[in-house]
Amino acid sequence: MSAFALELEDISKRFPGVVANDRVHLQVRAGSVHALVGENGAGKTTLMRIAYGMTRADHGVVRIQGVELGVGGTHRAIDLGLGMVHQHFMLVPTLSVCENVALGSEPRHGPWFDRDAARRNVVETAERFGLQLDPDTRVEDLSVGEQQRVEIVKVLVRGARVLILDEPTAVLTPQEVDELFAILRRLVDEGHTVLMISHRLQEVLAFAELITVMRDGRVVGDVVAAEADAEKLAAWIVGREVPTLQRRSRRAASRVEAEVELRCENLCTSGAREALHDLSFSVRRGEIVGIAGVEGNGQQALANVLLGLETPTSGRLLLRDEEVTTRSTAERRRRGMAYVPADRLREGLIEAMRIDENAILGRQHEPELNRGPWLRSSRITERALQLLRRFEVRPAVPELPAAALSGGNQQRLIVGRELERDPSFLLLAQPTRGVDVGGIQFLHECVVAARDAGRAILLISADLNEILILADRVLVIFEGRVVGEVTADAADPAQLGLWMTGSAEAAG
Amino acid sequence: MEVTALLVASTLRIAVPYVFAAVGGFYSERSGVVNIALEGMLLTGGFACVLAAWGAESAGVNGTAAAWLGVVAAAAAGTALGALHALLCVRYGADQIISGLGINLLAAGGTKFLLTLAFGSSANSSRIAGIPTWEIPWLSDWSVTRVLFCTPLVLLAGAVVVVSHLVSRRTPFGLRLHAVGEHPEAAHSLGIRVARLRWKGVMLSGALAALGGAWLALEQHQFTAGMSSGRGFIALAALIFGKWTPRGAALACLLFGFAEAVQIQLQGSRIGVPSQFLQMLPYVVTMIALAGVIGRSRPPAALGRALEP
Repeated sequence: MSAFALELEDISKRFPGVVANDRVHLQVRAGSVHALVGENGAGKTTLMRIAYGMTRADHGVVRIQGVELGVGGTHRAIDLGLGMVHQHFMLVPTLSVCENVALGSEPRHGPWFDRDAARRNVVETAERFGLQLDPDTRVEDLSVGEQQRVEIVKVLVRGARVLILDEPTAVLTPQEVDELFAILRRLVDEGHTVLMISHRLQEVLAFAELITVMRDGRVVGDVVAAEADAEKLAAWIVGREVPTLQRRSRRAASRVEAEVELRCENLCTSGAREALHDLSFSVRRGEIVGIAGVEGNGQQALANVLLGLETPTSGRLLLRDEEVTTRSTAERRRRGMAYVPADRLREGLIEAMRIDENAILGRQHEPELNRGPWLRSSRITERALQLLRRFEVRPAVPELPAAALSGGNQQRLIVGRELERDPSFLLLAQPTRGVDVGGIQFLHECVVAARDAGRAILLISADLNEILILADRVLVIFEGRVVGEVTADAADPAQLGLWMTGSAEAAG
Repeated sequence: MEVTALLVASTLRIAVPYVFAAVGGFYSERSGVVNIALEGMLLTGGFACVLAAWGAESAGVNGTAAAWLGVVAAAAAGTALGALHALLCVRYGADQIISGLGINLLAAGGTKFLLTLAFGSSANSSRIAGIPTWEIPWLSDWSVTRVLFCTPLVLLAGAVVVVSHLVSRRTPFGLRLHAVGEHPEAAHSLGIRVARLRWKGVMLSGALAALGGAWLALEQHQFTAGMSSGRGFIALAALIFGKWTPRGAALACLLFGFAEAVQIQLQGSRIGVPSQFLQMLPYVVTMIALAGVIGRSRPPAALGRALEP
């Protein structure tokens, strides 16, 4: 048996126009917790897909527990004892837990799928590692944390000794993160090896033994976690000195009594999955209100109601003391609402369209951009170029399709577009999801500047850290209700975590 | 009593091509490939059946054996069309609706062209013998049991439904088919060959739909141009109404078959409603049924989506 659970030697992979991996070497010691960090687009996920046989490298060798992977694909990687928990879960929502776990290597009884054996496999493996799972629940009815457990059981049932986890904590509550790490710790104690990709440096430092940093498709070096700190690591990741994300300045005290810009009164919506129940709050000018909560507890419904995409069954919505509950989305936007949606590819922009076209989406009727029935393309391009420069979108080439931008740059484009509208109320949903450290820094500065310019901002984020960094006031939402409210300075992450999981009633 | 029995018997006979096509559609759509080409597959199946049966009869094979040969030929032709659909949609990632539309046009034009070549008429073929019902004591005496138990292709259709139901719920193949249509990336990440499974689904779909066409041709003892007359689309509606399951689709086919049977009986009874309105009945039922399930019948999540290269 090799001393290394996973060895990647001289791996290179090019995609059209990009070198995703450039002669990468990586060795993961058996029985260790190893972390891989780097900015978006640094090539981490590509590297992991190559290790797992999902993507074929142009050059280089992958060895799993000392055996060469070759060109056998995913099947062979699984056979060699490698398992991967993907960032976006690879689960079929309409199938049950045991069906998902069995998929691809189903236990058989003659020609039939042996459901009892599949069930047994799940229960035995789950019990062995102290996981709670009901094998017959449909995956779509599980919480995110539970779905992740299904993923882990899935790879363990296949006999994985080496686990790759891609951004495992991104969507979890603080409690779920603790549970996950406890589970992983138990796996390592039993001789498994864990390799995880993460953006959250604190977690990496606390949990991993060795940290490998990637930048621009290359490995820039390894650090022993015990000897590193977040600031140095962050600098290494982006290749320059950056201050770590810190609590932003709070709003000026004089603004505490500023006018209320947006007020929700007793909002209720119907809908089995994600309904709002009697939701009330307000946002003042020059204030950032953060909505914390586990995803699926009404955040999307709230965004839809604020934007006018969904009509509440009861309750009122006021924008500057004028009721807009039944006004159209267009009318609300005219009155100063702007929106950065959670899913940028579905709602934020149109990937197939050009960057400059995306930059004026929603403003295409402005007189300045039209002449008679025609759009003035030169002016549109010119306007887009200004926006690209101001918000440091790269590449700043208005003619390219929006798909040519990385996730972080797409987000800059959207945030830029919405801020250029000069909104009085800005709704931000997951504004920095999947964005790298440098990008987050920049976007946070934009948000704070907008707040300081007197805009009212509602921030919906699954990343509690982000809310604590940006918000002046934090509301915790659980099953469509506000279960807790606290000023950011007084917020205690553990308490917020309890609220987020519905384990504690609001104290006030 | 006798009227009711006739109505049931007629419902069953009418439902046969729908059942074949709808269950065929199940295999394709469950794997994530939209199949509006069912219509063309029915038509092609009917033509291939008649051509093979007529050819065999001309070569001296007895009528029943020739008809069975026709059934096999229909399945083969349907499989070939399914392979074409898979080639365009799965291999080359073409738009599934466009490909289906193309196949329907190809089938409509192609059968007419070959009809003229082989039989010298652009309207209908020469007559073929067909498959006689079995004579079984007691069973073949009453119209309902005669259709249900003595008609070979009806039994085959029933078997197809039962087997497909078991396949979809109880076999690894069914599980994988479901996964591939619902979340192909997940299936791929577990080493399932998504494209290959879709090929299988679409080809199976073609074979089954073509059997429906063979039934139509054997019932009429000939092929007539355009004889599928929209049945492929109604089968598709039945599949949606049946929530993309073989059992549900088969039940929906029976409902549509019943509407048509009622329509035919009413026309015969001269009740004073213009026949045009009566003829609309099956289609109106289809539309009402579809309108009723919209939003409640959830299609496979990846339906219509081409695979990433």
